Amino acid sequence: MRITRYAAALAATGVVLAGCSSDAGETTEEAAGGGAEVADDVSFDEGTTMAELADAGTITVGTKFDQPGFGLAGPDGVPEGFDVEIAELIAAELGIATDDIEWVETVSANRESFIQNGDVDMVVATYTINDSRKELIDFAGPYYEAGQDIMVAAGNPLGIQGPDDLAGRNVCSVEGSTPAEEIRTNYPEATLTLFDVYSKCADALRNGQVDAVTTDNVILTGLVAGAPEEFELVGNPFTEEPYGIGITKGDDEFRSFINDTLEASFEDGSWAEAWDRTAGAITGTDAPEPPSVDRY
Amino acid sequence: MQFLIDNFDLFWDAFLTTLSLSLLACLVALVLGTILAAMRVSPIPPLRGLATFYVETFRNTPLTVVFFFMIFGLPQIDFVIDFFPGAVLSVGLYTAAFVCEALRSGINSVSPGQAEAARALGLTFGQSLSQVVLPQAFRTVVPPLGNVLIAMVKNTSIAAGFSVSELSSLLPRLVNASAGDLTAILIGVVVGYMLITLPSALAVHRIERRVAILR
Repeated sequence: MRITRYAAALAATGVVLAGCSSDAGETTEEAAGGGAEVADDVSFDEGTTMAELADAGTITVGTKFDQPGFGLAGPDGVPEGFDVEIAELIAAELGIATDDIEWVETVSANRESFIQNGDVDMVVATYTINDSRKELIDFAGPYYEAGQDIMVAAGNPLGIQGPDDLAGRNVCSVEGSTPAEEIRTNYPEATLTLFDVYSKCADALRNGQVDAVTTDNVILTGLVAGAPEEFELVGNPFTEEPYGIGITKGDDEFRSFINDTLEASFEDGSWAEAWDRTAGAITGTDAPEPPSVDRY
Repeated sequence: MQFLIDNFDLFWDAFLTTLSLSLLACLVALVLGTILAAMRVSPIPPLRGLATFYVETFRNTPLTVVFFFMIFGLPQIDFVIDFFPGAVLSVGLYTAAFVCEALRSGINSVSPGQAEAARALGLTFGQSLSQVVLPQAFRTVVPPLGNVLIAMVKNTSIAAGFSVSELSSLLPRLVNASAGDLTAILIGVVVGYMLITLPSALAVHRIERRVAILR
């Protein structure tokens, strides 16, 4: 009796795990570690954040752990992706090696408070620059321009071409994200289904519980790349999402330093290399034109 | 405070969702829990075994896993259930296991003489259970049953991760929109839950005082 009870419980768990398996992200980049040269003798003005970090020899970076191509953590807890490589470029410029970076998972809802509380030194996490966030923190960058797009089942059976076609349809996104708010505000005729992570949206689309998934195109291409026979991207971005690096409000020196570092990486090609190793490797797209840094 | 007034509609809708989810799940849990308890004390071994299997499965499975199975597992075998009914069933089926066990402890506290006397009067098993044993059992287990149901109200927050816009789903949503009002958002959500749980606790206390059996 007891044994059958355990066997049944195990079987039930197996079904559940099979149900939640998401193919996205199985194609993690092999080229981990990046190519950033760590600067040897760095010197910064006394009292600046750069000097503090360089002295400490370590930096705490917040990033996403569940976004293929940008920040995806393996079982060892070390994330890989474009955001990660950008953070490594900046750390290298501070004289901090990749191994000395401490990674912290920041999800959409906790990024501002992590920066404000000093839990992280900076956040590189597909983090859209906007005015209400600028009231709480400062942004360096942008280092990438994304746009909100729509993912549908392969073959696009419902013929969804853009956000206007979502009226009366069931569209999935993540609660607390900018794309969800965009649909809620500007396309109220669409029915929103909201989970806490995008992998559940992919499962719901696979099960036919939703008609489409919407968020930034780079996140969706990661999901499509994981299951190309099941999903496809509409490919018609309808918002502009400039990704910035979040830091403590008022730390203008640190912000200028990061902006300088980003511009240098645009110039010397290390930015494009980082793209090719990560998001580019997953999606098969060439590095886009780098955006121009917004020094406000 | 101003923030809470400005967003009253959102909080109210979310509160109603949590309230209706709690009430419906409570109904499922009480009805199913009672049936399970009756099965567990019944003289028919297969019924006892089935109820034991059910209780041990649900009591030892995290509620999140139950939700996952309901929302993402069942569609794999072509059984798609809407998110809200799915949440009601997940919370209800899960809580039923705990209701059953609370009730069974009440049944155990009823002296065997009661059941024997009922049998001696010629009552069937069903009659002696429903007329003699269960009424006494329920009166004994009011406080633990209250605990189970209040815990259930808080457990409904897991539905936020499965597309039900209940109270706790306001946290990520509003924090993303205006992280500066974090304190107000937290207060709004906590007050929402308390508006459900505190009156429940009070009601449980009242009922206990009225029906408690002095042994």
